[in-house]
Amino acid sequence: MAKIIVVTSGKGGVGKTTTAASFAVGLAQRGHKTVAVDFDVGLRNLDLIMGCERRVVYDFVNVINGEANLNQALIKDKRVENLYVLPASQTRDKEALTKEGVAKTLEELSKTFDFIVCDSPAGIEHGALMAMYYADEALIVTNPEVSSVRDSDRILGILASKSRRAEEVEEPVREHLIITRYAPERVSEGEMLGMDDIIEILGVPLLGVIPESQAVLNSSNAGTPVILTEDSDAGQAYTDLVARFLGDEREHRFLTAEKKGFMRRWFGG
Amino acid sequence: MSSPASQSSAALPFDLKGSVFTLSVMHLHRLNLEDIGLRLDEKVSQAPQFFASMPVVLDLGSLSGTATATDFVGLITLLREKGLVPVAARRGTESAQAAAVEAGLAILSDAPGGSRAHPREVSPPSESPTKAPDPTPAKAVTESADARNATRVVAQPVRSGQQIYAAGGDLIALRMVSAGAEILADGNIHVLGPLRGRALAGAQGDDTAHIICQSLEAELVSIAGRYRLFDEIDKSVLGQAVHIHLDGDRLVIDRI
Repeated sequence: MAKIIVVTSGKGGVGKTTTAASFAVGLAQRGHKTVAVDFDVGLRNLDLIMGCERRVVYDFVNVINGEANLNQALIKDKRVENLYVLPASQTRDKEALTKEGVAKTLEELSKTFDFIVCDSPAGIEHGALMAMYYADEALIVTNPEVSSVRDSDRILGILASKSRRAEEVEEPVREHLIITRYAPERVSEGEMLGMDDIIEILGVPLLGVIPESQAVLNSSNAGTPVILTEDSDAGQAYTDLVARFLGDEREHRFLTAEKKGFMRRWFGG
Repeated sequence: MSSPASQSSAALPFDLKGSVFTLSVMHLHRLNLEDIGLRLDEKVSQAPQFFASMPVVLDLGSLSGTATATDFVGLITLLREKGLVPVAARRGTESAQAAAVEAGLAILSDAPGGSRAHPREVSPPSESPTKAPDPTPAKAVTESADARNATRVVAQPVRSGQQIYAAGGDLIALRMVSAGAEILADGNIHVLGPLRGRALAGAQGDDTAHIICQSLEAELVSIAGRYRLFDEIDKSVLGQAVHIHLDGDRLVIDRI
């Protein structure tokens, strides 16, 4: 039985797809058979971040409508073993994701995969509800600013009341907090919310903090999930995060502003 | 030939089971269709979605004059036009009940504990606290013993966008109440985590209600319609454990 994990946030542009891609890669690297499913029908992005946009033939909606089977729609990643992508449809709208269709697809994926990572669209409408409905665990992606934190709080409320686990009164969806685009120097200058404040407001255990990094943008443009850029701070932070998710003890890194040395400051290092 | 008893329940076309529902009750005073229509328009326009396809029970207990089946047929047609679904009648004289049955309504008998469901105005959930329903002090006091049975305990955090209403009793929130969340109770409110959202105790006008919280960071607190916004709360009690109650018409916030 696969574990279904939704990557969600409420607010757009906080790093859901970046997180979903790197998280899926990280799980696959650790030997778990993983599929990343793009629920953002009409605004599909996961395939771009994963660098497989030119290999999309059939998509999630084709599978739901019975126009293709799963094996035809799944794209095998060329860099990492055990990793597949189920792309969203770019030409439909989110209503194409029916509850029954999503259930059937996830059930079929459950037979062969260990982890199903659902990349949620922004907002709290149908697409986002479908992405979270069947989740066992949720990664809540938040930026260190008030509107993002407020939206994450809203999403947590919806998870606790409208997911399948809530409706069938099972054990609640397990929640993990991921803070992305964290810039310690801006936190210390009071321009951003601090990590402790965010944890205090949301009351959800922290899984990882991803530092604001140029590597994320570069990786997105290159179609390489940033976790594969092993020399980058953001890449390492995602590797730590996946390890923690799988039960390893890893200290949180990249939380304090790096003090620039005299020479580096002098030469603008 | 198989007897019904030997069949598995899945093979039967249906199962008949009892269940308990909360229904809105329309207390009829006069069967004047024109007046009822006007009053309904007024109500429905406040929150059209709230009333859409809402089942209603007609209470005939305070109906004056005689009512015929034709009257009820006219009323049912009117209610349906406005989007409501009349399902049954209750109380009233025998002849009124007979007329209601003739018009196609069911009769609900009053259960022994029926008085627990005390009448109160049905209001759309979005109604602002500044327009809290008129206080009904006598009622609130006599029913406070009943209300104690109906304490609602919320073990999960109450998140932004969520609204929790403890009708007829107290509300205990064991965890935080986030900014953008709203908790309401006809009785008292206790919050054991930080209170950052809105808390409205005595929502039906009980001015003896209290709010007790471990850390006051609320956007708004209100008792029986007397409210205070975050900006108006004295800075010395912010983030403190407090007890909030009414002293006459004045909302008092004391540190515990």
